[in-house]
Amino acid sequence: MSAVAELELQAMVLLRLGDRRFAILAKQIAELVAPSRIHKFPHRTPLVEGVILRRGRIVPVCEIAERLLGKRISSCRFYLIVNRRYETHAEWVALPVTGECELIRAEITAASESDAPHVAGWISHDGEVIEVLDLKALTSEQQVLPPPQTPLLVGAFL
Amino acid sequence: MSLAARTKPQTLKSEQIILFRVGGNLFAVSSASVQEVRSVDSLAGAAAEIKDSGVRKVRHVLQRDDKTLFVVNGTMHFGLPLTPGTLIFILRQTRTALLIDGIEKMGSMTRLQALPLAFQHEERQWYRGLTALDQSVVPVVNPEGFLTAEELALLEQSLSLRSAAARETRAQGGQPQ
Repeated sequence: MSAVAELELQAMVLLRLGDRRFAILAKQIAELVAPSRIHKFPHRTPLVEGVILRRGRIVPVCEIAERLLGKRISSCRFYLIVNRRYETHAEWVALPVTGECELIRAEITAASESDAPHVAGWISHDGEVIEVLDLKALTSEQQVLPPPQTPLLVGAFL
Repeated sequence: MSLAARTKPQTLKSEQIILFRVGGNLFAVSSASVQEVRSVDSLAGAAAEIKDSGVRKVRHVLQRDDKTLFVVNGTMHFGLPLTPGTLIFILRQTRTALLIDGIEKMGSMTRLQALPLAFQHEERQWYRGLTALDQSVVPVVNPEGFLTAEELALLEQSLSLRSAAARETRAQGGQPQ
């Protein structure tokens, strides 16, 4: 591999959710921790499942499986704690994952307009094409717009 | 790096709090925000019903000194299963009297962490932040977060209509409702 190509490789963490794998830039990861007690209280943000206590901080747990797999996961083996950048600063967010994580280096192919908002790009690893996750889109509430409807042409027949 | 400094929980000297239950959930409120705690029974005669205001969580008003207070049902406010409220917190410097299940205990908190930004809806008004007590995380309610400006306007409007109706009834020589 040439020196130029080497520079384009980025450190990524591969995470497992059910039978799928996803990638997150390694620089966005704070740590991987064993599941701990999740504290719940009333709120109206469906994406947030509750909070965990970690190193004296209260960290929100974001349920991402529904968005990524179309269904919730019943068991969580670890929490991948990521640094989610907001407008003014970054905060820790815990993402439940179902398997061990792996650190790799890979070249990212940019996402296209047709990709889902949570896809920041793609990597190829072990013969598998894997989505690189955009944490901002993944942990924000997206407005799901209904597909454009064809207007009914009732009047045309009258 | 600025991250650690920005996300570091706010350190308080020590703030006295009341831990209370609503719909089976534990909450905290600064004891300085609570002007009075009354049992529902003791206020039964003093509360007047308010109907059709459009604010479902408020069904009664209380007259305290020269102020009209709106009794907010805590379970309805937080979207919890209804439970019979037994106590009312009269919250200082607000128009809110909060109906709760009961008081758990008094305590103190030394750290208040801002609500994480992952929480994006009404809860940002409901809570001042979160605190960790005995390995549990407890939301600390914002006394001003129980009624929005729009809800207060609807309630005021409903009160005005009720007063006008009562005046009209008196003018016609009938009995006010």
